[in-house]
Amino acid sequence: MRGLKPEQNTKIWEKLGKKFPASCLNIEENRGILVLNADISCSYDLMKYLKEDAECRYNVLMDLTAVDYLNKRPAAERFEVVYMLMSTETMHRVRVKVKAGDGVKVPTVVTLWKGANWPEREVYDLFGIEFSGHPLMERLIMPDEYRGHPLRKDFPLEGIGEDYLIESILLKGEMKK
Amino acid sequence: MANTNHKNGADKHPMGSDYSVKVQKLMNEAEYLEDGLMRLNLGPSHPATHGILQNIIDLEGETIIRARPVIGYVHRTFEKLGEKYTYNQFLNCTDRMNYVSSPMNNIAWIIAVEEMMGLKVPARAQAVRTIINELSRISDHIICNSVLGVDLGAFTGLLYLYHYREMFNTILEKMTGARLTTTFTRVGGLEMDIYDGFAKDVKEFLREFPKILKDFEGLLIHNRIFIDRTRGIGAIDTETALSYGYTGPNLRATGYNYDVRKAYPYLMYDQVKFDIPVGTDGSVYDRFLVRNEEMYQSMKIVEQLIDNIPDGPIRVDDYHYALPPKEDVYGKMEELIYHFKIVMHGIQAPPGEYYSAAEVANGEMGFYIVSDGGKSPYRVHVRRPCFWYYQSFPELVEGGLIADLVAIMSSLNVIAGELDG
Repeated sequence: MRGLKPEQNTKIWEKLGKKFPASCLNIEENRGILVLNADISCSYDLMKYLKEDAECRYNVLMDLTAVDYLNKRPAAERFEVVYMLMSTETMHRVRVKVKAGDGVKVPTVVTLWKGANWPEREVYDLFGIEFSGHPLMERLIMPDEYRGHPLRKDFPLEGIGEDYLIESILLKGEMKK
Repeated sequence: MANTNHKNGADKHPMGSDYSVKVQKLMNEAEYLEDGLMRLNLGPSHPATHGILQNIIDLEGETIIRARPVIGYVHRTFEKLGEKYTYNQFLNCTDRMNYVSSPMNNIAWIIAVEEMMGLKVPARAQAVRTIINELSRISDHIICNSVLGVDLGAFTGLLYLYHYREMFNTILEKMTGARLTTTFTRVGGLEMDIYDGFAKDVKEFLREFPKILKDFEGLLIHNRIFIDRTRGIGAIDTETALSYGYTGPNLRATGYNYDVRKAYPYLMYDQVKFDIPVGTDGSVYDRFLVRNEEMYQSMKIVEQLIDNIPDGPIRVDDYHYALPPKEDVYGKMEELIYHFKIVMHGIQAPPGEYYSAAEVANGEMGFYIVSDGGKSPYRVHVRRPCFWYYQSFPELVEGGLIADLVAIMSSLNVIAGELDG
């Protein structure tokens, strides 16, 4: 992101380096923005600290998404959930990345930011990553009866043939609550 | 839909063994729930919803007790297509996101790609992009405000303002060839120079539009009925709004001043003077007023730029990223090779990831691009402003009346193409 101050980056780097051990948090700077690679075990604590600590105060969750690194990384680190945080006091931004394998559940941040509700559902819908503690972990964009997770790298762009969807719409008829 | 209410004499009981799943029964009444509420489906095709959105609302009389939006009807898999298309081809996808003001989405994508590749675009291209960006913002706010009037019953405002949207569409057609899906600019600069009458057309727009905007305001702003239907409705406080990820006019109506143009300037926004209008309680009335005032500020920006468009090249000088001029391609050797490489092999991006954002009419539209060094991105994620603030819709609507739901949905400016993406 353009317009971020390097001295703020250094300040937050030092602060976080003291608070979180290197085993669960690996900090680097990438094209001007601080990237915090967190382990799943401490990701919720890190996000809570970033939101509530007096010098950090990253009170806005700007973006929540995931990337699939199939065949580029070991299977235990296949998915990476990416969070973009912004502080309204300093206008500083930080990127947090959490690695997860297939089937691993990532702690939800809905309790910290209400706006994480739908983006986490979208990540579940399109990638299959479940978030533990989410109030309603269901598909959001794709139809409810859809099979497969479209944005994964092993899901073809052309689709896998969706005749089963048409039958269910015509015959089933009842709207789910 | 299967008729599950057997009080009004359905032929067979749905749980019985002789009930055929293949039979479709017409619903003659709305479905009644166990707690006595009535479930109504403000279905995907509905004249009051803007685009293809569905809301399932549970009513007690006319008061909404629970509301649940269902989205995904216009999902067009842009993020999956982003992994196949090149950086200039994905521009076509961005047209169709917020289809009401498509040059803004184009510009948001292009500046993200240019920052990722580290290109410095010449001043002439930046000035023209800024002018078109602001005129598109006016066009989007024209739609939002006038359609809010239409949803409440005041149809005349739309007819007054639409003529000016038509004027802007004519300018876009002369510049890019298309009125709606403009595919404006390319990586490295503009695709072609502005036409000869551009400054004259824009100045005519700037001369005529404020007069009609004053007439439009006179119809609605001090109108007793409009005030009663919009003041205090759908109010939200700043802290909840920031927690939901609100940006854009909806956030500024709550009183918090955040605009990407001032916080992280891009294009020529650090060289022009403009103000950011801010509201007080985030209600429908405040959003209407904030968008109205933003139109005046956009006109102020265009006035500062239209007479001083700098001369010079319209594309960056590096032919690894932008096509060389056609006369050189036909005459000289290196330009021919560069043209061939760009068209056949695409623009190669440096490996890595990057996030950049721009202020579109609804707020902050960001692009998170992950590249492994090739002609297409490895992953593109679009941070769509509508998606983040539409989550708060149940909270805004519950406890109010159906008539208020229509006003709130209309003032939030939810564009279905951007929401589903």
